[in-house]
Amino acid sequence: MNYHWNFGIFFEPVKSGDETYLDWLITGLGWTLAVSLTAWFLALAIGIGIGALRTTPSRVLVLLANAWVELFRNIPLLVQMFLWFFVVPEFLPRDWSLWVKQDMPAKEFVTAALCLGLFTSSRVAEQVRAGVGSLPRGQRDASLALGFTLPQAYRHVILPQALRIVIPPLTSEFMNVFKNSSVAFAIGVLELTFQARQMQEDSEQGIETYLAVTLLYFICAFAANRGMAWIEARSRVPGLIARTS
Amino acid sequence: MGEFDFSVWQPSLPFIRDGLLFTLRLTLVAMTGGIVIGTLLALARLSPIAPLSRLAGAYVDLMRSIPLVLVILWFFLVIPFITGSPVGAETSAIITFTAFEAAFYCEIMRSGIQSVPRGQVHAAHALGLGQAQTMIHVILPQAMRNMLPVLLTQTIVLFQDTSLVYAIGAKDMLKAADVVGKNYNRPVEMIVLSALIYFAICFSLSLAVKQLQNRVAIIR
Repeated sequence: MNYHWNFGIFFEPVKSGDETYLDWLITGLGWTLAVSLTAWFLALAIGIGIGALRTTPSRVLVLLANAWVELFRNIPLLVQMFLWFFVVPEFLPRDWSLWVKQDMPAKEFVTAALCLGLFTSSRVAEQVRAGVGSLPRGQRDASLALGFTLPQAYRHVILPQALRIVIPPLTSEFMNVFKNSSVAFAIGVLELTFQARQMQEDSEQGIETYLAVTLLYFICAFAANRGMAWIEARSRVPGLIARTS
Repeated sequence: MGEFDFSVWQPSLPFIRDGLLFTLRLTLVAMTGGIVIGTLLALARLSPIAPLSRLAGAYVDLMRSIPLVLVILWFFLVIPFITGSPVGAETSAIITFTAFEAAFYCEIMRSGIQSVPRGQVHAAHALGLGQAQTMIHVILPQAMRNMLPVLLTQTIVLFQDTSLVYAIGAKDMLKAADVVGKNYNRPVEMIVLSALIYFAICFSLSLAVKQLQNRVAIIR
């Protein structure tokens, strides 16, 4: 089979409309970043909470938090996307359901960010639990002996240390968020993978398209990695964690 | 609340079963092929021959930094150029998942091989075993055993990831649920059914892996 290379394709206009293919990819990159970053902050906020709950002495809280993690870990992300997009609105009260289906602005984006955020929260929770578990027992005992309540001990003593420890595994989760955001194409978010499929069909220059999109994903992952490394360096407790990277 | 009619689950069962069979076949083939190729990749990465090690490392890093959906699309596009004729979505999916998962199994096998104490190698050499014999009879069996829970956990992830063949329209369980949902105009019920099936399988497998983890101690 012969393939006609055409790397100028990015500057050519799309078949219907006055945009170029480059415009499509830039739009795609924008949505990929928007979905990934929103999901990541959601995942951090919820994941830290759930992860901390899993280390409390309360058996009920541990059980609930474990159930949360198992729920999001044992259903494929794509199926979760469909659940949030098609199924959850059906379970809402009638007025809300209608609003979500008809009037909610940027419905695809909100659904994808929420879904990816909750999915990732279970992975963050797993790391945070491990981080809290790796602290010496004495830290918790000492803060309780000093008169901190349990929430205060978590807020001022346990979490500040545990979160620093888990930055390296969280870095790879952050990079995973960008990769996983590609699944959002299935519910119609106009992100990179969606644009890649669209551009391939429209331009019939599949290889150039996928090369460009692969490169953009690489750049996202690399930027995420460097960003987390910067935070890691800035948040290091002098003398506590001697890591060099 | 919308109105639900879960009676659609009954006529859907034969389709779901066929889809699930493909999903399982894809998982098993990709797991077997992935572990075999992954082990070879791990040996290449750990080999003293620098170009071989670097090549294997580059392949693994490449696969690990691209979204799986994109890898699926890439292979679907490129395989026909290599074979010279178009291949079906199912064949493409099997090739893609084997190649993709090999990178992940490679990293697991690599840390498994590295978890075997050096003394084992020295002892094997002292007993007169050659390089290859040492690897096959002494190191790999222990590495496999140490990494068994991790290999199985990765397989559960793989089982879930197979749902992404949706991107090229291969007929797996999710696709079957999708088609039945459209035919009977009951998409919501069918998504719920597929979520329940995935959850039941993955959750029981992960419980089994946890049991196994407690029983298989790491040999040191």
